[in-house]
Formats: sequence, structure tokens, C-alpha cells
Amino acid sequence: MKNVRILFRNIRDGLKNVFRNFSLSLASISCITVTLIIVAVSLVGSLNVENFTKLISDDFTIVAFVDNSADEESEGKIREQLEKIGNIESINYNNKTEIAEEMKQSSETFNSVISSWSEDENPLNDTFLIKVKDLEKIDKTAEKIKNIEGIEIVKYGEGMVDSMVSIFNLVKKILIVIVVGLVLVTAFLIVNTIKITIFSRQEEIEIKRLVGASNFSIKQPFVIEGLIIGILGSIVPIIVTIYGYTAIYDKSGGKLFSQFIKLVKPFPFVFYISIVLVVIGVFVGMLGSNRAVKKYLKI
Amino acid sequence: MEFITMTDVEKVYPTGVTALYGLNLKIKKGDFAFIIGASGSGKSTLIKMLYREEKPTSGQIVIGGVKVEKLKNRKVYKLRRKLGIVFQDFKLLPRLTVYENVAFALEMYGLPKSEVRKKTIKAIDLVGLKDKVKNYPHELSGGEQQRVSIARAIVNAPKLLICDEPTGNLDPDTSLEIMKVLEVINNLGTTVIVVTHDRDIVNKMKKRVILLDKGRLVKDYEKGTYDKNEKC
Repeated sequence: MKNVRILFRNIRDGLKNVFRNFSLSLASISCITVTLIIVAVSLVGSLNVENFTKLISDDFTIVAFVDNSADEESEGKIREQLEKIGNIESINYNNKTEIAEEMKQSSETFNSVISSWSEDENPLNDTFLIKVKDLEKIDKTAEKIKNIEGIEIVKYGEGMVDSMVSIFNLVKKILIVIVVGLVLVTAFLIVNTIKITIFSRQEEIEIKRLVGASNFSIKQPFVIEGLIIGILGSIVPIIVTIYGYTAIYDKSGGKLFSQFIKLVKPFPFVFYISIVLVVIGVFVGMLGSNRAVKKYLKI
Repeated sequence: MEFITMTDVEKVYPTGVTALYGLNLKIKKGDFAFIIGASGSGKSTLIKMLYREEKPTSGQIVIGGVKVEKLKNRKVYKLRRKLGIVFQDFKLLPRLTVYENVAFALEMYGLPKSEVRKKTIKAIDLVGLKDKVKNYPHELSGGEQQRVSIARAIVNAPKLLICDEPTGNLDPDTSLEIMKVLEVINNLGTTVIVVTHDRDIVNKMKKRVILLDKGRLVKDYEKGTYDKNEKC
């Protein structure tokens, strides 16, 4: 009961302080706002890049053509060997008759050509369609498949995969560094802005200490103030994220540059981002006040 | 019964200045003692150590059974709740009324509102400021402001009241009034320690006088006066 009373008193004081020193609170709030907008852009960016990478890896398939001399038994052996290779997500087998049928249906020209083949003349190969788990290791996996006896040719988007994956990974890493860096810089700025507000209340802290207030009960209103500043600072970034991203998604039709690069659907994506923004805002605000007030509590 | 016991207390500041040399002092429960001495005699250091604003470099300080020098920083508030401190410059919060200034300490301890109210009114009444509860500090005279700060110091019924030059900023008549207030509090059983420069007051009050000079306790009179020959 005692602690509840102290907590309520401190919430009241925290709120009062935010509005009593509003010009200084506004400085802290705008500081958080600006950072959180940049954090939001970086987060949206990196999560979309993550999404592109995933979509591309889902689309990428290694096609292994089986030597035409192979019979059913040796194809069984090939499958066994494929299964032994790590980094393989799934294996699909198509025999050449099925492929020929599919091709026949896909166009008139193919239909006329393929119809002229007899059963034994079919020049197509039986194929294994293989999906990999880790796209970055696709080179090595393809190499291993090539070495299996009875596999004639292995095809995949060599070169392109490599460069795309490494570019995406680089972009993702840069964005993460930006987010972490910004959060740290804001925490530092908030510490200093709040220090200024606390500086003008140094005497208040001193008197509280002298009359026997515990450090915790002196600190609490300031930390609550930081929490409120964090919440207020995240309002604009959240609005920007929700409306901004939805607008971009609608304007671009959910695609970027080409059909392959699809944007993440705005809902519930923007809400997740908003939650992250509030959490970062509150965290930075509380941490900032906590650090700033600590300086004045030393004896 | 001894309430405060200081044994071989020595204080050397980080700058190398020694403020107190091997001080031994005992103050009984319910005593009223003046600590006098010239500037730099160590009297401020002495009382700062009593409320643990400063730690002794060596020696022991025991107040009401609490070993002050062994107290951890985050536990200091427990000692301060048993003490009342009055300063020369009052240290009132300008944005709070008289009532709020006295009540806020109790509120910070988490006492229920009714109890805060009862104790606050009682303390303000004791210092004679009942009609000024809603005034702000800047609307009061110096003597009245000092009474508010005394009310704040005694609101939690402390065992010990420490006053650091409480009349330093006040005229002689007002000073004497403040001393009368302190005497009333002392008569209610609180131990009172007053640091002062004010010769007249010490002479009129006829209480125990502890004289410090250059960091050493030089005289301790049971019912003392401020000797004209002392360099204070």
C-alpha cells in the first residue's frame, strides 16, 4: 500500500514535470521523434530486404539433369545420394515423359514438335528440382550434385544469386548498424537534454535527499518522466510509418523495380513496427533519465 | 544515556586539508548543545558527518545505535529520516506552499494522506505559522521561512535536530524567537545541536557550548557562555 501510494505520487509528479518544463521536454521529445523516424525507415527497409531475400531463395531451384543412359535403379541411387547432401530443403523428380506432356500443353509449336517424337526418341532428360536451405552455400551444393554419378548437367542462376544475396546481406547489415547507432546516439542526447532539466531541479533533489527520501523514490518521477517523453516522442514516427508505408505500398502496387521484388504487406507489418518504435522510445527515455539523475544522487 | 558518541574522529579532505583531528564528543539524549568556533574550525564538517553528508576518514560515529560511518550510500536515507536538519538558507521549495513544503517529506515516505495532514498541521502549529499554511515562501519574512524549515525538520518527530547556522540570515529579535522555538522542541524531548556564530544567543540561552578551534575540540562548557576572549 505504501509503495502504491509512492508510485501514484511519482506518476503524478512525472506528468507534472513533463508539462511544467514543457520547452525542455519538447527538446527531448523532438530528439526522440527524429531518431525514431529514421529508425522506422531503416527497420522497414531492412525487413523488406529480408523479405526479398526470402522470396528469392524460395524461387531459386537447382535443376539437375540425369544422364539419359540412367535407368530407374540408378536414378534411385542418385536420389539417395542427393538426400545425403546437407543444405537441401526439398527434392522433386520429373521424368522426361511428364516434362514432354507439360511442354506440349504450354504452346502449339511445342505440341507439334513433341507429338512427332516417338517414345524412345524423347531427347529430354529426367530432372531433379532441388531447393536449398541456405542460398549463400548454393555454389558448394551445386558442385556436390554435379559430382554425383549419373548427373549430366546442373543449372542454377550462378553469379546472379551470389551477387544479389551478398548485396542484400550488406544492405541489411548497414541498416542494422544505423538502427543501433541511432538508438545509442539518441540515448546520449536524451541524457544531456534531461540533464539540463534536472540541473534546474538540483536543489529539489538535494532537499529530498536531506529530508530522507530514498534514492529510488527520488529517481522514480524522473524515470516516469522519461517514459512519458518516450511515448510522446514515438507518436509522430508511428503515424509516419502507418500512413507513409501504406501509401508507398499502394502507389507501387506492392512491387519494387520488378515483379520479383515484392514489398511486405502493410498490415499487420506497420503495427509491429509501431510497437517496436514505442518500445525503443520508452526504453531510451527511461534509460536517459535514469542516467541523468544518477549523477545527482552521489554522495 | 549517550545519544551521539564520536570517538577519535578525524577528517581529511581529498585536497589534503585536515578539518578535524581526533575528536571525541558525547551528547546525551535530550541535550541542547551549541557548537561554536571561527570559520575553518571544523564545525560544519562535524555536523555534516552527523547527517552523513561527509564520512569520517577515521574514527567512529554512533547516533542512536547506528554506526554512521559504516552506512552504505543507499541506506543513508534511513538515518536521515530519524534526523531533522535546518539550514541557514532555509532550503524551501519555492513552488510549494508552506503546507506542501512541510508535508512533502512525509508524502515521499509513503504515509497515508490523513496521517500526513495530521502531522503537518501539528508541526506548523508548533512553530506558530498556522495562518500561513497556504502562503508561498517568497510571501514570508526570513524568520517565518526559517520556521517553515524547522517545521519540515520536526514533522517526522526526529530524535535529533541539527541546525546549521539557523539564525545566520536573521535579525537579533527574530533569531531569539527561532531559538525559543528550538527550545520548545528540545523540551519535548528532541536532542538539538545548533552551530552558530551568534554570541548573544549563546550567552542568553545558557546551554552546553562546545568550542572548536582549527579542527580540535578546545572547550566544552556544561552551561556555557561565549567568552569574549575566544577568537570566534
